[in-house]
Amino acid sequence: MKMGLFNDRKGPAMLSPSAGKKLLNNRLIFSLLVLMVVVVQNIITTPNFFEITMTNGLLSGYIPNILDEASELIIVTMGMTLVIAASGGVDLSVGPIMAIAASFCGLLLNGSEYRTDVYHSPYFLAILFGLVGAALCGAFNGFLVSRLKIQPMIATLILFTAGRSIAKQITHGQTIYIMNPTYKWLGVQIPGIPIRTTILVSIAIVILVVLLVKLTSLGLYIQSVGINGSAARLVGLNSRVIKFMAFVICGILAGVAGLVSSSSVGSVNSGELGLSIEMDAILAVALGGNNLGGGKFSIAGSVIGAYTIQAITTTLYAMNVRADQLNVFKAIIIIVIIVASSEVFKEKVNRLFRHITKKNVPVGGLSDERQ
Amino acid sequence: MRDSKKTTISASSPLGKRSGLSNTGILLLITVSLFVILYVSSTILFKDSNFAKYSVFFNLINNKAYLLMLALGLTVVLITGSIDISVGSVTGLVSMVIATMLSSQSNISAIWAIPISLLIGVAFGIVQGYLVSYMEIQPFIVTLSGLFFARGMISVINPKSVPISDKLFMSWSSAKVYIPFLYNERKNGTMDVAYLTPAAITAIAVLIIMIIVMKKTKFGRSLYSVGGNPQSALLMGVNVKRIKFMAHVLCGLLAGIGGLLYTLFAPSGNPQNGYGYEIDAISSSVIGGVMLSGGVGLPIGTLFGVLINSLIERVVPLLGIVDASWPRIISSAFLFVFIVLQSLFASAGHKGSFKPVLPQWMRFNLKKKN
Amino acid sequence: MSKTKNLQNPPSVIMTGIGKSFPGVRALNQVDFKLRRGEIHALMGENGAGKSTLVKVLTGVYPMDEGKVRLDGVPVVIRSPQDAQKHGISTVYQEVNLCPNLSVAENLFLGREPRSMGLIDWRKMNLKASELLQKLNISANPTAQLDSYSIAIQQMIAIARAINTECAFLILDEPTSSLDADEVNKIFTLMRQLRDNGVGIIFITHFLEQVYEICDRITVLRNGELVGEYEVDKLSRFELVTKMMGKEIENLSELSVDRDESRFQGEEPIIEARALSSGSKKVAPFDLKMYRGEVVGFSGLLGSGRSELVRTVYGADKPVQGQFFIRGKNVRIRKPLDAMKQGMAYLPEDRKVDGIFPELSVRENIIIALQAKTGMFKRIRRKEMEKYADQYIDLLNIKTANIETPIKSLSGGNQQKVILARWLLTNPEFMILDEPTRGIDVGTKTEIQRLILKLASENKSIAFISSEMDEMIRTCSRMVVMRDRHKVGELTQGNLDQSTIIRTIAGGDNEDGAV
Repeated sequence: MKMGLFNDRKGPAMLSPSAGKKLLNNRLIFSLLVLMVVVVQNIITTPNFFEITMTNGLLSGYIPNILDEASELIIVTMGMTLVIAASGGVDLSVGPIMAIAASFCGLLLNGSEYRTDVYHSPYFLAILFGLVGAALCGAFNGFLVSRLKIQPMIATLILFTAGRSIAKQITHGQTIYIMNPTYKWLGVQIPGIPIRTTILVSIAIVILVVLLVKLTSLGLYIQSVGINGSAARLVGLNSRVIKFMAFVICGILAGVAGLVSSSSVGSVNSGELGLSIEMDAILAVALGGNNLGGGKFSIAGSVIGAYTIQAITTTLYAMNVRADQLNVFKAIIIIVIIVASSEVFKEKVNRLFRHITKKNVPVGGLSDERQ
Repeated sequence: MRDSKKTTISASSPLGKRSGLSNTGILLLITVSLFVILYVSSTILFKDSNFAKYSVFFNLINNKAYLLMLALGLTVVLITGSIDISVGSVTGLVSMVIATMLSSQSNISAIWAIPISLLIGVAFGIVQGYLVSYMEIQPFIVTLSGLFFARGMISVINPKSVPISDKLFMSWSSAKVYIPFLYNERKNGTMDVAYLTPAAITAIAVLIIMIIVMKKTKFGRSLYSVGGNPQSALLMGVNVKRIKFMAHVLCGLLAGIGGLLYTLFAPSGNPQNGYGYEIDAISSSVIGGVMLSGGVGLPIGTLFGVLINSLIERVVPLLGIVDASWPRIISSAFLFVFIVLQSLFASAGHKGSFKPVLPQWMRFNLKKKN
Repeated sequence: MSKTKNLQNPPSVIMTGIGKSFPGVRALNQVDFKLRRGEIHALMGENGAGKSTLVKVLTGVYPMDEGKVRLDGVPVVIRSPQDAQKHGISTVYQEVNLCPNLSVAENLFLGREPRSMGLIDWRKMNLKASELLQKLNISANPTAQLDSYSIAIQQMIAIARAINTECAFLILDEPTSSLDADEVNKIFTLMRQLRDNGVGIIFITHFLEQVYEICDRITVLRNGELVGEYEVDKLSRFELVTKMMGKEIENLSELSVDRDESRFQGEEPIIEARALSSGSKKVAPFDLKMYRGEVVGFSGLLGSGRSELVRTVYGADKPVQGQFFIRGKNVRIRKPLDAMKQGMAYLPEDRKVDGIFPELSVRENIIIALQAKTGMFKRIRRKEMEKYADQYIDLLNIKTANIETPIKSLSGGNQQKVILARWLLTNPEFMILDEPTRGIDVGTKTEIQRLILKLASENKSIAFISSEMDEMIRTCSRMVVMRDRHKVGELTQGNLDQSTIIRTIAGGDNEDGAV
């Protein structure tokens, strides 16, 4: 506060505390930094990083690959961003909801057969059915959180535990294979379009969410409820409804991700679909500079966060790190970021800065008299 | 004022009269009666499965000794109002470390398995506890990273399944301590004597220690006070941060023991070991009467929570449902019911007037019950 | 009782020349305070008078900048609440600071449980607890969970815990503010008992009745300064309230109000409440009529129910009984949005807790109410938002770097203006302004008063609450007076002067002062 006073002292010209503080305050910095390191590292090790070739009528190469592989995560992260902003908690059940949505869809397409190339119901109807199932799951979570006032993490734990088992029951305990080539449209390629559909879908979802948030006042409402619930009530907002909506939207988006994911492998395997994606999605939101305690959020930040994670994953794969070992790196990154952006850490750093700059300064009493 | 009951005593009600059982008492009562009802009805429904036998009952404990450790750890942290979701992965990590250590190539004594598993658990507890209580980071995020880290380390240590071949360890694993008084006669005349495994005996010993710690020590009571109202606890002279830290360390230690007991139960290392056990542990604690909002719960309740989960796992296949996913669904349904039940007890305090969270028709009227 | 006997005791706690500053505020200035054993001593003062700062200095929560504390003649330095307890000074706060999930006995003995062989001896603890409770005539079962008792009993248990640490001096910081009459009596019985046992009690409360019922002495603070110490018998309510409210009214001429209420004769009131109430612990049933173009003040001491009354009108506290009419139509206001749709606006008392969205920009903070009113799918266009924001920043002279600055970086006065802008933008016909001038600079205060008069002249109806009476006298044409959660009177025209207002607020001495 009284920095001006102290700067005149002969203390060493160190990094000014405010600059350090500013840097720490911008959490997106970490994400961009990591992304940059990863990209640079990739450029050095793989000379053909930027190369894009056409194979089988599809653009392929490193960058299209990362974009493709990140798409499910991006879709889920959009929903997670809204839930975290509105409720200050996380939705653990996005992975199982993906499985449930795909199972509903698969059930309608396959009937009771576990392998078929003839649709038993219209494709469109099946997709709708899957999304409705996902929306119901979101509504269940939303009900527990907004109406029964249960902490989001605990409330979504129920579907997190039971979701995959429920999905398995929907598909009668089997992995369903859907052999009709049109099923792969959503997750691989629509004939004639040289870009993977997953990329298109993820871009479309991001645009949709941005439109939803910017064209309606949902974004403002969610932030208001997340920042100050009591003030939000007094300006006429219904925080219950808004939290509920956030969970429903998150459920629907998880459903979309589930359909995309299932389509890209051409089957519905409830045990594998979206496995531990909730962790990545939370990590992406945090990396994107969003406060996990709710309130202000940035869709762009979340997108960058998701791509950062996918870039790390892809790079580590390229370095022959096994999929399951990735978690060690992810854990370390998340802790470093969270610790670095925590209030206590900032305070400690500031105290350190002040200690350095303030040496030899006597502790003065500030005695501002009242007028 | 948050965990207060629905019933506010009106000014006219006679002073000093208790308005019924405490939250803890009611939740414990519900859990125990649920277990008894489930067990008795299983005995009646599945005559062929010998639920009336002592040995079947004791196997419920033998099979879930490790889960009891994890659930007790969760009980401790949940009571302080925190959470630890890394326990399942820590269990897996411990079992992998022990298995790798005791695989055929090495010749380390099996005795080392004990200090090493405890050490791993405590290490996790210390790091997580420090980040939660002194760095004030959300416990969920911290222990989620712990979960990631432990799960990843398993694969770093050994991505494949490793059987344990150490003779000493295997002898611990397969040992049975028979209880001479508790037996049933089989049809062919032989005796079916109930037994406990060393793991189960360890678990019961730890349970007894935990009951004493929670009820009879200053530390134990501090855990409850921190969970009940940290502000008040601070004003009453409790070192809140330290207690939270210690709770996480204790939970880590119990997870370490849980890992050891799990390895005794299933003597091999497998990357999938301990997957999702944190959920089983949380659901056991919650079903056992631990309030997620903190401050309420008993170790003995957690035992019954574990027994209920163990029973579900045993009964569901008997219903003709072969699919392995059903126990999870049913267990989750119980978890759901108990969470809603807790919501019945919880209320949002508004400066002295208690505002019920639930609609009228869902409320649980304590006064009527009395 | 033994009042007179104990009054002769020499002072045991003597605080002299206490001074305490916070950045920008002189909270205490040369305050003296004396407490005797065996007396109940009320510490009185309005918002910002320095009561709680004084208590916190005495209990070591804040270090004092200057001054001395002597305990029984010995100078002491108290550095922490634990320190204070060692000196026999304990505090019980308004919010019960016990653990609701533990038993009564545990709450009494947490941290100093009787032990045998290292383990807690529950039998002994329960026994000691029941002895203690019996001694203090508290009828509570030691083994019962704390939250199975009413707040009053919990307060008494908190007091018992404080007493049990060998306390000679007890500070009770608004222990009765959320209790009903019966419960208050129970606390008082306990307090009298303690006093007769020689405990010196500092009692902070906003309820005058309670002061006159139980206290022996009163010390009044105002704006961080000592007004004086008085014996209760020698200070009338009227004098007490005058001393608390302070300064003579000045500058009446600067702003002029048309106080002629007859102009509303026969007109339809814009709002009318009949026996409206949001529960006896908030505000007792009240009748109220307000007309277009008038400013009505709501006065009363802090905690008198003035804020609760307007909150009930706005639906911020849900009404539980009574009828409500807007423009003659019977409506039910269940939540703030209902009120907003009827053309109401509400500027809350606590700006930080209920008003601002700290991380949101000035623009967003301004348009949020209008946006909530128009609905989610009719988003106000960005251009329009900016236009509104610019317009009100101009109109109210809000000092901000630009419209996208987060509101948390603005000064208190400017934050308040942003919230005013938020409500003006909704074009309300009836505005509730609860302490709009609190914690802001003098210049802004005058600006806001002018604005209130201007709005009234634009035919809006305004409910205005302020702790500074002269502000209200300057702007209001009618004054509703509240005492102990009841509406006790309405003052108009001739009656609207300081002494009548104070007499009505004080009550007791002259009950018929109000009409």
